[in-house]
Parts: sequence; structure tokens; C-alpha cells
Amino acid sequence: MNETTTHGINLSARDKAFSKHEGGIDPADVTIEVKNLDLFYGSKQALFHINMVIPRHQVTAFIGPSGCGKSTLLRCFNRMNDLVDGCRVTGEILLEGKNIYDRSINVADLRRRVGMVFQKPNPFPKSIYENVVYGLRIQGIKNRKILDEVVEKSLKRAALWEEVADRLNDNALGLSGGQQQRLVIARAIAIEPEVILLDEPCSALDPISTYKVEELIYELKNQFTIVIVTHNMQQAARVSDFTAFMYLGEMIEMQDTKTLFTNPKDKRTEDYITGRYG
Amino acid sequence: MRDWIKSGDPWVWLSAGGVSVSLVAVFGIILLIIVRGLGFFWPSDVMDAVVVENGSPSRLIGEITEEESIPAKLVDKTGSEAEDLDTLRKRYLVKVGNRDKFGFDFRWVPKDSIKETRYPNAVMVVERREWGNLYGYIKSVSVDGKVVAEGESAWTKLQELLPGIHALHDQIRNIERDEIGSINYKIERLRLKKRKLELANETDPEKFAELERQKEELNIQYKAFQDQLIGLYQEIGKDSFTVEIMDGQTVDIPLSKVVRAYRPNEMGVGSKIAFYAEKLWEFLTEDPREANTEGGIFPCIFGTVVMVLIMSVFVTPFGVIAALYLKEYAKQGFLTRLIRIAVNNLAGVPSIVYGVFGLGFFVYFIGGWIDEALFPEALPNPTFGSPGLLWASLTLALLTLPVVIVSTEEGLARIPSNIREGSLALGATKAETLWRTIIPMASPAMMTGLILAVARAAGEVAPLMLVGVVKLAPSLPIDGNYPFIHLERKFMHLGFHIYDVGFQSPNVDAVRPLVYATAFLLVVVIMILNLTSIAIRNHLREKYRAIES
Repeated sequence: MNETTTHGINLSARDKAFSKHEGGIDPADVTIEVKNLDLFYGSKQALFHINMVIPRHQVTAFIGPSGCGKSTLLRCFNRMNDLVDGCRVTGEILLEGKNIYDRSINVADLRRRVGMVFQKPNPFPKSIYENVVYGLRIQGIKNRKILDEVVEKSLKRAALWEEVADRLNDNALGLSGGQQQRLVIARAIAIEPEVILLDEPCSALDPISTYKVEELIYELKNQFTIVIVTHNMQQAARVSDFTAFMYLGEMIEMQDTKTLFTNPKDKRTEDYITGRYG
Repeated sequence: MRDWIKSGDPWVWLSAGGVSVSLVAVFGIILLIIVRGLGFFWPSDVMDAVVVENGSPSRLIGEITEEESIPAKLVDKTGSEAEDLDTLRKRYLVKVGNRDKFGFDFRWVPKDSIKETRYPNAVMVVERREWGNLYGYIKSVSVDGKVVAEGESAWTKLQELLPGIHALHDQIRNIERDEIGSINYKIERLRLKKRKLELANETDPEKFAELERQKEELNIQYKAFQDQLIGLYQEIGKDSFTVEIMDGQTVDIPLSKVVRAYRPNEMGVGSKIAFYAEKLWEFLTEDPREANTEGGIFPCIFGTVVMVLIMSVFVTPFGVIAALYLKEYAKQGFLTRLIRIAVNNLAGVPSIVYGVFGLGFFVYFIGGWIDEALFPEALPNPTFGSPGLLWASLTLALLTLPVVIVSTEEGLARIPSNIREGSLALGATKAETLWRTIIPMASPAMMTGLILAVARAAGEVAPLMLVGVVKLAPSLPIDGNYPFIHLERKFMHLGFHIYDVGFQSPNVDAVRPLVYATAFLLVVVIMILNLTSIAIRNHLREKYRAIES
């Protein structure tokens, strides 16, 4: 593979991913860059030579059939895979130019910078308020005024404030699924991460909640870099600026969303988006 | 028929039957204990009868406590051979009291031989501090050896005098036990301080003199109490009364020996209920008397509860920490599996083995070491080197540790992994996740473990006999003397009390109801302890209700 590197950006990867994109991505606009990433569960390899970049303040969607490794890749960005026994990673993931698999990286700090929202809403069995301030309390912030402010701001940004403003001290488990998912998003943005990873955030939600979450994603990309994994191609088309198609642990192609859906480069991508398999 | 078997109905019936049998058995046992135990405090009527045995009549005053039917030959020796097996005849167990006069409290009397039964109002029961009950008729009351009332007025006079006597008695007991006990305790501490100075090769005579001064002061206080006691004893010994008992003798009884005197035949239902409540209260709050055959069992209740609480304080953190390590931190593999099996097996070790271990390890090894290190001045008398509350609690903590570990581990396993991930994804470390989310959510399971531990520990007796329980403890493990909680002291325990009263008592008939009553109380204490922890657990469950997954 012929690689030339400028400003810490892997040009070959960028070229591969964006050859058809008119403007491409300015190296200064890259938040995450993945370089030659291989991932093994025990002896089984789950990701093969992933090379890609995630642009800043854009929504990047990962699509692909079940088991293709899109969630696994997503969980590499905040090293959630560390929790899995026997999981081994080679290669590099650069967050703002720094390898997150470097020894000097504090995983807790990394996760503060790269927030995550899971497939199933997972609020803690605490009050709505305590859920939102959880990350702040971890950081040792005790000032009531700051916490109150953050709660209001985060819930407003997550479009949940109006629904829960008068019952912040109620148990979060009393909320509906859609509200819970937005609460979890509020909880994630309360600690002001740089990147938010969304792992099929709408798969457990009804259409109206899905719509709300999608709108929210659209709003949030002004402040955060968003990576979303989804099974739902319409959703990817609706919310994302860039879309990456993965298949059997490989990154097949990544384009701006419009191009990928209208003019895929790879045969497999075309087969998938036209519903021939997956 | 085959269809019926196939339908599964027989199994439903079988299991329902099993459940019913268990329920009936449990409620039956509790009911039996309640009836046998709590009936004891009811003031039953006292009969005054003429008994004709072997042709000679004699008088019998007492209460019927039991009746049974046995073959006639055993009732009286004259029964013919033919009657032997088939004819059953009734006999009564009559509590006649007056053990000091007759040598026995109870007497079996064949029903046929009882003639002329009367229940006169004037018959009196005297509950004494020594020698048990006395039945008879009051004749006179004397103050300072002079008769002040006779006949019916003697009864009224007696009731007038008794409250004063009780007040005096309480005062004496208060001085003897609390005041003088406290002075003795302080003197003992001074002696130990002196010994400590000697051991430290202290030569400053000033320090010894100071101790002597303090001791002198205490001795002066002691003298003062002693004088006060002499006065009180004279005061309380002045009054006495005479009673005619069933063989016609007149007995002179000092009032200071009387707990209470009552006429059960004269009481209405209302006063009987009041009397019953008073007796029950006494049983719950007083110290035992007469080698545990009379009085209350307060020290046992206190000892049991304190021991269980101290055990909980030890077992919960240890069990939870062990479970957290096993489940959350230890690498899951052969070794952890081995440890888990070992923990589960520990739960199956007979409790007496724990007792032996506690005696050998805690009492002799650790206790001996503590004595040498911290209490050298008391040697050769052991402080912690002999069985006591602390060691009993620790032994039971060890005994119940597996239960807490297992249920905590189960609780941890039940917490959905997405909760952990959610916390970690917010930048929490593993320890922060455990502390802020996982442990609170697993706390109901920890409480379940504690409930099981308490249930097991409160009923355990065998190991305690080796590591700290005694028949009669002179003082409670918590009192007003510094340092207030005396973990080295021996204590009394309801379970052991049942054993002691039931099987080690000289007066079996008298204490049988006490055994039931104590057993009932033990059940109640365990139930209260359990219900408390169940209430806490349900509260926690409500608070940390996990996502249904």
C-alpha cells in the first residue's frame, strides 16, 4: 500500500474514501482517523485493515449487514472493547492526532471526550437530574449552581426539557423509551464530549421517538462530531452527511451520503442498498 | 387415567399437597409453641381439695397444670391384671408449690382420688424470690415481730405493704448491681493501671500515690453504699406474714422474699388479663431468677440481638468485598471457580466445626495475642483470651459469610451490562462505576444475603457454646461503665437458654412452659430481625429498580 502522510492524515485512506467527493475533507476538519486497524476476538479476526476518517461536526453513519463489525468499530473509538475478554487491537486510532490506544492515554479521560449512546436506553435507576449530572459528579463537580445549569442546558439541547422540567427528581425509569433515549443523550452531552457515538440509537424506539431522536441528531452536529451505527438505510440517508458501508469486517467504501446512495462505487454497496442482501 | 397423568394435573396436586403439608406443619409448630408457652402466664384457678389415697384422706392445694390418661395399673397399684392394658384412667399433674416444705413442686394425682374440690376465694398464691410459689391462706401480718393484722384484714395490709417493699428491693438491687458494680469495675481498672505501671518499670511514686488516692476515694464511696445497704436490709427485713399451707402448718415468710401475692380465684377476667400482661412484661424485661427457672429472660434477648447485630456489622462488608472481588475484579478462570466451590462448601460445614475453629483461632490464638499485646496487666486473667461476645459474633460471621458472598455475587450478575457500559462511557472508572451505580443496584441482593445470614445466625447455638455463651452472665455486654460496649464479656442467648432451661434444669415440670415461651420469643426475635431487613431490602429494591431486561 502506498501511503504518504501530511499533517498526520493518511492520504491514501482519505483518497480511497473520498475520491468521488468533490471537496474531499480538509485535513484540519478530521476528528478521528483510523489507521490500519485490525481487531481480534481471541483468535477470530473481526475487523480487517480499517482505514478511514471521521469529519468534524458532521454526522457519519455506519451501515452494513448484521455482524459486519460496525458496532465493533464504533466501540473502538472510546475503547469500549477493552471490556471484552480476549479482545485485541492493532493499528492506530487518532483522536485529534493522538493515538487513543497509546499507553499514556487515560481511558476514563478518553471516554469523557468521546461519549456514547447505546442501542437500548440505559438510564441509571436514579432521578432524571442525577442521570444528567452523573458524568459531572464523576469529575468531582459539586457546585449546585453549575449542576443545575448543566442539567437545564443539556436537557434543552436533547429536546427533553419541556417534558421533564417539572419532575427532575422523579426516577428516570418512569420515562418512556424515547424519552429515556433522549435523556441518555442529554447525559452524554452534559460532559461536553468532542465526539458522540450512537450505537443504533433508534432500534428500540417507536417511529415518533425515532423522528425526535433524528431531529436531535441533526441539531447536535453543530456542536459535536457524531458517528452513528444504524441498520436502517433510510435513517442513514436522512441524518448523515457521510456514510460508510462495512461488510464482513471490512470498510468497503465511505462517501458523502448522497453519493453513496445514488452512485455507489462498489458492487457490494450497491447490492446492499438496493436490498439484494443484508 | 392416562390422559389425566399426561395433563400434568397429578404433579400440580402433588406440589400443592407438599406446600400445604409444610404450611400446616409450620403453623402447627408455631401454634403449639404459642399455646404451651404463653398459656403459662395466665393465672389459673387454685383448687383446695381432699385427696384420698390408700384409704387415708389428705388436703391438696394447687393448680392443675396437665392431665393425661394412662393404664390403670400405673395410677394405683391395686388395679387387677385384667384392667391393666385396656382400662385407661385419668390423672392430673398438680402444682402444689411450697418446695421448701415438701421437696417437690409437682405431684401426680389420680382423678378418682380427688374428692371435695373447692375453689375458695381466699386461697392465695405467693410468688417468692426463692423456692418458687407458695399456696395457702394468709393468717397474719407482722411488723417488727408484732402482729398488726389478722384474717381478712391481713390480706389488705399485705397488699398495702408490698409496693413499699418492692421499692426498697429495687433500691437495694440498684445499689448492689449498678452502683457497687460500677465501683468494683473502677477499682479493678485501677488495679490494672497500677499493674501496668509496674510492668512498665515506672518508678515515679507520685503516679502510684495518685492511683491509691483514687482507690481510697472509691473505697469511701463503697463504704457509704455498704452502710446504706445495711440500713435498707434492716428496713426491708422488718415485715413478715404467716401463711397456712395445705398440711396445716403455718409458715412465716419475710415480705422481702415476696415478688407478688395474688388470689386467682377471686380475679375477674379483666384483672386476670392485667395480671397476664404484667407477668409477660416481667418475662420480657427482667433478669432470670432461681437458676433460670423463674423471672425473665431479658439478658438473653439482649445478648441474641446484640450478637446478631455485631455479626451483621462484620459479615456484610467482608462478604460484599469478597463478592465484588470475585465477580468484578478477579480473572474468571479455574482458580476463581475453585474459590467459588470452596465458598459454597463452607456453607455446608457443620456449625460446631466453626465453633471449634472459633475457639482455637479467635479465642486462643487471636485473643491470646491481643491479651499479650494490649492487656498484659490483666494476665494471667484473660481479657479477650476467653470466649466472649466478639468471638461469638466473629465465628457466626464466618459461618454466614458464604451466604452473603453467594447472594451478592448473584445480585451483581443480575445487573444489566448496559448499565455498566453507560457509566463507563461517561468517563467513570471501574471503581467509580461500582461505587456509584453497581453497588447501590446490588444492595437489595446484599440485604437478601444478610437476611439469610441473620436467620441462620440467630438460631445457631452449637458453636456459641464454645465461643462465648453462658448459662448466666452477671452483666450485660453493653452498660454504663466505660467503654460501654464490652465485647470481651460472655453473654446469654435465647437458643442456649432454651437448651439450658429445658435440659439442664433441676425442676423439669416447672420450666417446661418456659422452654416453649423462650422458643416462641426466639422465633419472634428472628422474625423481627428478618422483617426489619426485608423492609430495608424492599425499600432499596424500590429505589434501585433495574431496567426490566
